[in-house]
Amino acid sequence: MAAVGNPPIIVDSLVKRFGSVTAIDRIDFTVADGSTTALLGGNGAGKTTTLAILLGLLLPTSGSVRVLGFDMMRDRSRALRLMNFSSPYVDLPRRLSVAENLSVYGRLYGVRDLRYRIEALADDLEITAFLKRPTGDLSAGQRTRVALAKALINRPRLLLLDEPTASLDPDTADWIRRYLDRYRRDSGATILLASHNMAEVERLCDDVLMLRSGTLVDRGTPKALIARYGRRNLEEVFLDIARRPQQSAAAAAQ
Amino acid sequence: MRDARADRIDAVPESAVAFSWQRVSALMLRHLYILRRSWPRVLDLAYWPTVQMLLWGFITVFFQQHSSWVAEAAGVLISAVLLWDVLFRANLGLSLSFLEEMWARNLGQLFVSPMRPAELVTAMSLLSLIRTLISVTPAAVLALPLFDVWVFSLGPPLVAFFANLLVLGWTVGLIVSALVLRLGLGAENLAWVAIFAIAPLSGIYYPIETLPVWLQPVSWALPSAYVFEGMRAVLFEGTFRWDLLAGAVALNAVYFAAAVTFFLRMIHVARERGLLLQQGE
Repeated sequence: MAAVGNPPIIVDSLVKRFGSVTAIDRIDFTVADGSTTALLGGNGAGKTTTLAILLGLLLPTSGSVRVLGFDMMRDRSRALRLMNFSSPYVDLPRRLSVAENLSVYGRLYGVRDLRYRIEALADDLEITAFLKRPTGDLSAGQRTRVALAKALINRPRLLLLDEPTASLDPDTADWIRRYLDRYRRDSGATILLASHNMAEVERLCDDVLMLRSGTLVDRGTPKALIARYGRRNLEEVFLDIARRPQQSAAAAAQ
Repeated sequence: MRDARADRIDAVPESAVAFSWQRVSALMLRHLYILRRSWPRVLDLAYWPTVQMLLWGFITVFFQQHSSWVAEAAGVLISAVLLWDVLFRANLGLSLSFLEEMWARNLGQLFVSPMRPAELVTAMSLLSLIRTLISVTPAAVLALPLFDVWVFSLGPPLVAFFANLLVLGWTVGLIVSALVLRLGLGAENLAWVAIFAIAPLSGIYYPIETLPVWLQPVSWALPSAYVFEGMRAVLFEGTFRWDLLAGAVALNAVYFAAAVTFFLRMIHVARERGLLLQQGE
């Protein structure tokens, strides 16, 4: 069990190969307790692969991953009870109502006083009005809030999010960001998110891990990265790293 | 945001890692919610076994007048078709529970929860039992007023036949689910057709000795062959063949254990290859 203050995520020499393709190439990082950390990188940089390994959905080729103090190769079930995940690319059953989906997942996570928990989440995430509607009938914004409710059903100590505001209108996306920020402050949870939205990362994250071609090329706070690369914002830093030749982008920045 | 810090889970109780019936019931609930409010689905489950029973009922009526073999035991064909449907529905019930998770792109969500694969297998098996009972019971009951055949008159042996065919159906369903997980939804038709490969060899409507001699050992490698021979022994001779039951149970134990192992292995392969995140239509 991770004591308070210990890094909830410790990744050591992580490698993942699919046949001859190396998706993750010996990356090491830790994520600080109570932080919001971003995994940034272009398509195919290894963000989703890293998240999938942290969730135990994917087995690494080599290296080790400890989540909340548990070795994900051996003690996956113990860690999974304390964490949760949301992605626009993984659905909830569309024919079940929102309340039914939350009820099923609440039971899977062993949530006590489940009815009270669902009511509280519905109130918080403003989904009470459509609790009885089929999940598949909801708009993209409503579905994102429902997916977030599922991801928070067990009050996770670690929340992994894959593009949490993808395909949302600016107003809904802003609402989700404010909610996540508030959740982290109120609960003390740690959030690790993969995103392509640089403004979102600048606003939400304390720490940024820059991935490129499966390697970790740089990390730092958004402000530190912007200063180090001499750019105006994180988007320019992202483009700088993505478009540089294969040498170490961090070295290039210096 | 009312209660996030106050209610944070700070310990992992042993139940989180041991086999959990609560999680099994949660996995079942997901399917029962849909079944409960969808009468067309329930009707669809019962429809085909009833049509089959009617078809074989009328064939029985005809054969009773033209075949001394059927005339000896009037219920043999109807009992056979109902027991065959137990096998078919048990296989389909398990496969469909798994396929529905793939169609819904829900496998990823399930596998990032504390659910254990053994709980998934248990839930799918129990759902298969429920679907099989819904499918076969109406046809079995209707056979009495329509054809004067009461399949429950088989007595306690019926429970043994039912249980063995149920487990064989689960075995085929698990293998099909594992293959679909590995090969993708392009292989989903296996759920409907795979079971028919063993139908001609199971001696559903005829004794195993009807088959060519060289094919009979293959039949005797199937638990279903022992069940249908056992059924005919009860109906024609009024005896319950314990040796046949023992054969079916022994083969089922081996095959079911192998199917569970294969299913768990394919989950491991799916985790190696990233298949759990890529499923869907």
